[in-house]
Amino acid sequence: MVYLTRKAEFSASHYYHNPEFTPEENQRIFGKCNNPHGHGHNYTLEVTVKGEVDRRSGFVVDLKELKEIMNREVIDAMDHRFLNKEVGDFKDVIPTTENLAISIWRRLQPKLNLAKLHRVRVYETPDLFVDFYGEA
Amino acid sequence: MKAYLTRRYWFCASHRLHCDDMSAEENLAAYGKCNNPHGHGHNYFLEVTVAGHVDQSTGMVCNLVDLDNFVKEKILERFDHQNLNTLAEFQGMVPTTENLCIGAYDILHKEFHYAEVDKVRVEETMLNSFEYAGGREIRY
Repeated sequence: MVYLTRKAEFSASHYYHNPEFTPEENQRIFGKCNNPHGHGHNYTLEVTVKGEVDRRSGFVVDLKELKEIMNREVIDAMDHRFLNKEVGDFKDVIPTTENLAISIWRRLQPKLNLAKLHRVRVYETPDLFVDFYGEA
Repeated sequence: MKAYLTRRYWFCASHRLHCDDMSAEENLAAYGKCNNPHGHGHNYFLEVTVAGHVDQSTGMVCNLVDLDNFVKEKILERFDHQNLNTLAEFQGMVPTTENLCIGAYDILHKEFHYAEVDKVRVEETMLNSFEYAGGREIRY
């Protein structure tokens, strides 16, 4: 079994707000991230797939195909977007980095045929990242 | 949905690697330059990974403010700009980065209750790093 990781970057804005909380609760729990006008990050996405190395090609997965899937399913949908307002995944879900990792897993997992998705890692900043392994 | 959140911190500290049970020659052989009696320092990077189910109402595994406050108070303020050999954690123990990593994990594991502490990773330099998860296998 070999693990292969492909990186991509995208920039997006978001804010954290739960309509079921009072304004005071939203402010207390989410702090500066509650600003309704949003704020942005340069996100780095790392997608790790695993599989056996194909004897003939020497590949675990066709990197070009993986790149195209990541671009189509994630980057085209999220790059330079306001996640709360422009990405349907976050209509009723707060676009925290945790939920972003889960959403990206759900977008990629059904599209990968050749290799098995192992991990989605999303860096919000160089000092903060979330890993999701598809665990319930 | 279970997710793993990692936050990266850093601090500066000095240490000397020396074992009282070894002769001077043995210490020099084992620790080389790190045995210099005056000590030497590093910029340590500390990565703390917490795990848990994403809370549906907040979208979070753990509120970063709680993690930041804890790490700041219990680890960074105590270790930053200190000589590690003088700290209570390292009495009777050589403050290698292995032991530093275990020490940081133990503090978090015992006292941080907002989320499960999955693992601690410490970079001593750009070329070496250490990970500890309470003796458990680490997930990659």
